[in-house]
Amino acid sequence: MAFRESPLGELKIPLTWTAAVAVVVAGVIAVALLVSDRRETLQEEAYGAARKTVDTVAAPVSGAIAAPGRWTGQGLTWISVYLFTASENRKLRRELDEMRSWRDTAIGLKEQNDRYQALLGLKLNPPIPIVAARVVADSRGPFANARIADTGRSRGVNVGNPVMSERGLVGRVVGVTNSASRVLLLTDIASRTPVMIDRTNARAILTGDGGPNPKLEYLRRDDSVKAGDLVVTSGDGGVLPRGLPVGVAVKDILGNWRVALAADNASIDFVQIIKFVDFSQLADIKALSEAEMPPVTTKDPQATVLRPNAAVQAPQALNSPKVTAIVAPLAPMPRPLPKPVSRRPVTRPAASPLTPVQAVAPPPPPVAATVAAPQLISPATPQFNGRR
Amino acid sequence: MSLSAARPLNPWRWLALPALICIGATMLFAAPLRVFGLQLPEPVFAMVPTFAWAVIRPSVLVPFGVLLLGLFLDSFWGGPTGLWGLSLLAAYATVLLMRNMMSGQSRAMMWAWFAGATGIAMLAGFLFTMLDSLAIPSLVGVLWQFLATVLLFPFADYLVDQFEDADVRFR
Repeated sequence: MAFRESPLGELKIPLTWTAAVAVVVAGVIAVALLVSDRRETLQEEAYGAARKTVDTVAAPVSGAIAAPGRWTGQGLTWISVYLFTASENRKLRRELDEMRSWRDTAIGLKEQNDRYQALLGLKLNPPIPIVAARVVADSRGPFANARIADTGRSRGVNVGNPVMSERGLVGRVVGVTNSASRVLLLTDIASRTPVMIDRTNARAILTGDGGPNPKLEYLRRDDSVKAGDLVVTSGDGGVLPRGLPVGVAVKDILGNWRVALAADNASIDFVQIIKFVDFSQLADIKALSEAEMPPVTTKDPQATVLRPNAAVQAPQALNSPKVTAIVAPLAPMPRPLPKPVSRRPVTRPAASPLTPVQAVAPPPPPVAATVAAPQLISPATPQFNGRR
Repeated sequence: MSLSAARPLNPWRWLALPALICIGATMLFAAPLRVFGLQLPEPVFAMVPTFAWAVIRPSVLVPFGVLLLGLFLDSFWGGPTGLWGLSLLAAYATVLLMRNMMSGQSRAMMWAWFAGATGIAMLAGFLFTMLDSLAIPSLVGVLWQFLATVLLFPFADYLVDQFEDADVRFR
């Protein structure tokens, strides 16, 4: 049966209405996607499969698209180098003369530094490995500032790794696939970076807003910074290492402190990804939350009491390294063994850091706990009250 | 109205091809290049088909095409998912509502309409970003992107010219 012959064939709905319904449906989908987006958390789990797919596809395609521009730039650079070789040579000779004196100074300082480190027995952080990557796409809009680099998990890049140019910090990796990484720039509106003023050690949070100069927020005192001060990463929070150069402080026309980024003066087509791992942040939260407390077992009190050297035997539950540290200073101070009077403890253990252990433990053994706990706790308590 | 006048548009020609060109242009302008120390502008190429599709004719397919373009921009630029989809749909819905007022107007006036639609998309993006990130985006950055996008009107005008008279039912 032809459509015109059907009972609903003459039913006409204005196409504008159907288009409006489609707009509403598409709008609801967009709102749902926007509400469910967790980009601002900057967690690996929030970087969905769709984004990874786009990055994986976009990296080679953008690389191919950008190649002619890159070749043109390299050609122009080659021509300018060729044309200005003589003046460049004179300039480099002057710089070399200056650098020679700095090199001698640096060698002397390094030897002095090594000696001090040896004297102090200082253990420094190991050198951090770096991966070089080529930037193949660069978004610069007011609502998102990110770059796609052509290096990914296959070369050890992970989410959270800081990204540098040869001049300073660029951003950090927020998404990684096997062959590509997405770098969230310091200027992105979702970027928050703990920094400090190098001159005064004043802490601040570098907050991107989509413009070229991110803001310095949460500065405690306004006099802790002045125009031209060097801004470096503070390392607070363990996301970035301390001391990476970020830029210099500048004041905008509204009187707010901002940072002129050092990376702005560097080329944008190559970056260095620092494979930084903060060892203090390596705790496996999942494993920690799932792990059960070790069982607290105690010996048979009767067996402990009947032995003549029972007082110096700690319960098995207190054999952790922390408790061993508490016991150690007590070892040279043996006390006379009190006589067991009854099976129930007569005295109550003093409030101490061991209270949580006692809370999950079964009732303490009558004699051993009554005797051992005060001995262990009373001299050691000051060490746990923040007065070390 | 005779059926001979109702000449359906080929979705590939008026929907898919402009969308693909738009995606290609977006990727091209995302190349990490500097000319005399300045980076390339970053216009919202998706505004061209969004405006033109609404002017050419109402369609059930177009809102979903606009949404897909927006999702591509979010994924490629690294913004919140749905931000540009919603912003472009706001502009599309406005142009669709005002479509009757736009018909038969001069090119300069249409350029002003295009600027208005772009302004609505940018304003929506500004507000949604504020809500999503709880921070105020740079107004200067928004203004630059707005100006760069408004300059794309000739492409939207060309697209409208190509298909406006293709189906006389929607003139």
